[in-house]
Amino acid sequence: MTLILDTMSSIWANSGFSGLFADPRQLIMIIAACVLLYLGIVKKFEPLLLVGIAFGMLLTNLPYSNLYHPELWDGIMSHTKGYGDVLVEGGFLDILYIGVKAGLYPSLIFMGVGAMTDFGPLIANPKSLLLGAAAQMGIYCAFILAIVLGFTGPQAASIGIIGGADGPTAILLTSKLAPELLGAIAIAAYSYMALIPMIQPPLMRLLTTKEERETKMDQLRTVTKTERIVFPIVVAAFVILLLPDTAPLIGCLMLGNLFKECGVTERLSDTAQNALMNIVTIFLGMSVGATTVAERFLTWSTIKIVVLGLIAFSFSTIGGLLLGKIMYKVTGGKVNPLIGSAGVSAVPMAARVSQMEGQKANPSNFLLMHAMGPNVAGVIGSAVAAGFLLTIFG
Amino acid sequence: MKVTIPEALGYSVLGFSIVFLMLIILMGIIVVMGKVLNKKEEPVKAAAPAPAPAAPAVPKEKAPGSAGSIDLHGVDPRKAAMLMAIVADELGKPVNELRFVSIREIEA
Repeated sequence: MTLILDTMSSIWANSGFSGLFADPRQLIMIIAACVLLYLGIVKKFEPLLLVGIAFGMLLTNLPYSNLYHPELWDGIMSHTKGYGDVLVEGGFLDILYIGVKAGLYPSLIFMGVGAMTDFGPLIANPKSLLLGAAAQMGIYCAFILAIVLGFTGPQAASIGIIGGADGPTAILLTSKLAPELLGAIAIAAYSYMALIPMIQPPLMRLLTTKEERETKMDQLRTVTKTERIVFPIVVAAFVILLLPDTAPLIGCLMLGNLFKECGVTERLSDTAQNALMNIVTIFLGMSVGATTVAERFLTWSTIKIVVLGLIAFSFSTIGGLLLGKIMYKVTGGKVNPLIGSAGVSAVPMAARVSQMEGQKANPSNFLLMHAMGPNVAGVIGSAVAAGFLLTIFG
Repeated sequence: MKVTIPEALGYSVLGFSIVFLMLIILMGIIVVMGKVLNKKEEPVKAAAPAPAPAAPAVPKEKAPGSAGSIDLHGVDPRKAAMLMAIVADELGKPVNELRFVSIREIEA
């Protein structure tokens, strides 16, 4: 009888269930993971990434799963460990996380984004770049507020970049500057990107008049094939020469776009858009989710990050709208200020919101292609902002 | 690395200015690129032989019941042609089997 009881006791002590009751924070994280899975699957909030992140969160918080070891990554940060140690001592998710830490996944995702993006509206209307720049305002507002709330410079920079509304950029910057905040920042960034149709419209209506929203814009000029091919080469060379830290993001974004536009690499373009993008999305989602270990995630910092992320998004939208209003005045009413809010990256969700709001004000209004210009400019703008922050705090 | 609030303000102004500056320069490059490349393509177009006469927009033999003309109200012929093509595509029928009486832009 004693033998049976000892065996049962040993099985219980070694099972994850005992760990679950030993530390209720892990149980809270498992519930949080289930809530995120619900949001991803049922509410369709950025499901391609959120489902992977939430499942990674679930796996990493199952006691004794040994899939992810944050202390190993602390060693890498303090240079007492190397990637070789991760391969020897690490778990499955540690090994996947190497791709995040090395900046591999966000850059490869950018290659897919480039292969899927049509820069034609931006080339046809280069003034869109100004809106893409103005819509980075939230990054700096959140950065200042994060400093006020007691975060360090690198942490504040990582929180601020949520305002760029660009998941891969946020992940790349955070993994370099403040990996301890990666889970919270990635979840905040992707959740708010999914909530753009709810966050932006009230601000758009608040900051614009009905007359401004009704503005119809002239049709964009046709962009030649040569322009489309030369564009990624010129942008990559120019931006990387000026801010070398943007090389992985801008380089991959523009290479993906060149695959799409050059007309002789359809297979590569297809792979970058589909197979490669899907594989990397799985790895990225799971490994980012793995960083949400209970004892490090359930802190006041996470709550502050969630609030600051919302502020960052809102101020980025406001920045784009305000410049849109200025352009409306300067051009004598030829620019609809609603396209300014699309300057937050979040391609193409933010452009769709501009289109919907424009059409609500005037059913014959078609702003989508006009809004795509600032939208893709925002991708370049947030990469430049990230490059600047990396240069300062990296 | 602790950053004071005045330093954070300084970094923010500098960072925002750099983003603007970079994108303004990029805007200039795109404008110049567009002008140079379009200029180069224009003489090529001029030198190219005249294109073969385009196929008539309206089929020679109309399907029974198709209308010979459409009343356009506030819509130019190009937009009208696009709209008819879209409607035909959505319905899965050739344009010459459809009868368009008038197209009017609805003013909101």
